[in-house]
Amino acid sequence: MHVPDGFFDAPVSIGAGVVAAAGIAVSLRGARRELDDRTAPLAGLSAAFVFAAQMINFPVAAGTSGHLMGGALAAILVGPYAGVLCISVVLLVQMLFADGGVSAYGINVTLMALVGVLVGYGVFRLVTAALPGSVPAKAKVTAAAFLGALASVPASALTFVGLYALGGTADLSLGAVLTAMLGVHLLIGIGEGVITALTVGTVAAVRPDLVYALRGERTPLEIRSPRPAEV
Amino acid sequence: MTTGNRRFLLAFLLAFLLVALVVAGVVSFYASGDPDGLSKVAEDKGFAAQEEDHALKDSPLGDYGVKGVENERLSGGLAGVIGVGLTAAVGGGLFWAVRRRPRATPSGDVPAGSSERR
Repeated sequence: MHVPDGFFDAPVSIGAGVVAAAGIAVSLRGARRELDDRTAPLAGLSAAFVFAAQMINFPVAAGTSGHLMGGALAAILVGPYAGVLCISVVLLVQMLFADGGVSAYGINVTLMALVGVLVGYGVFRLVTAALPGSVPAKAKVTAAAFLGALASVPASALTFVGLYALGGTADLSLGAVLTAMLGVHLLIGIGEGVITALTVGTVAAVRPDLVYALRGERTPLEIRSPRPAEV
Repeated sequence: MTTGNRRFLLAFLLAFLLVALVVAGVVSFYASGDPDGLSKVAEDKGFAAQEEDHALKDSPLGDYGVKGVENERLSGGLAGVIGVGLTAAVGGGLFWAVRRRPRATPSGDVPAGSSERR
């Protein structure tokens, strides 16, 4: 989903740049509440993991591939504000690899960091709230991670088409672009959901105390000491 | 946090880094070379031609390869490892700088002798 230079006119590129800058500024303030000595290194590594995972294009249809965006994944692991910063850092580093246009940085941050996290984490929270309390916390988080990540990809595709309607550089039938973008990104979304659920599920199994979305969840205490002798 | 706990945290973080390095450095070679969803739609619907050359197309890491390294597997793997390292360094530095720091005392008072003023 990396937008190259040339797809959007200057007003939309600049407008998206302003939106991205505001989103990053808000996230820098918000991330302070999410990160401490233990979770700050995890957030840095989550960004590195997203960079790595984005190199893995998986086939989705004849002659078409897709890769992880990572907004939902990062938000669930380290928090939504830190998640926005994770994806923004990944997009910044990727420019050195000539991936994602320099003038399109604001557009790419808007699509993958802001929309990816807002929709991915928003749907994740809705699903965890809707699931009954009898479902164990880790199973709940894994299932919600799948659905949140799945929803985030077509949401970004929809935003792309919306921006294209405002200031795309080619004169196109927007309806056809919308159908094509939503169709292929729904398929990519399934891959996004699988990778996100696997990763979140693994970290939740090994170190549940580090998962942002599991904070405040407690495993019921077990009494292991021998019962006091009954009188 | 106890020493044992801290050591366990370090082991977990190192394992996480190792997974990222293996994915970017080794597994990436087997990734699909087909255009991604957006590139494919751009080709099919006729706006791929609008793409302009990347401003950093001559970057030594352009297109996920290291310039000068002929072996494709080595070049791509090395680029992936460098990317993971750069992202971890930039992200880690940023998150370490913005993190919440423990207050000096539970009440938030600055202990005597501290040069910090409130």
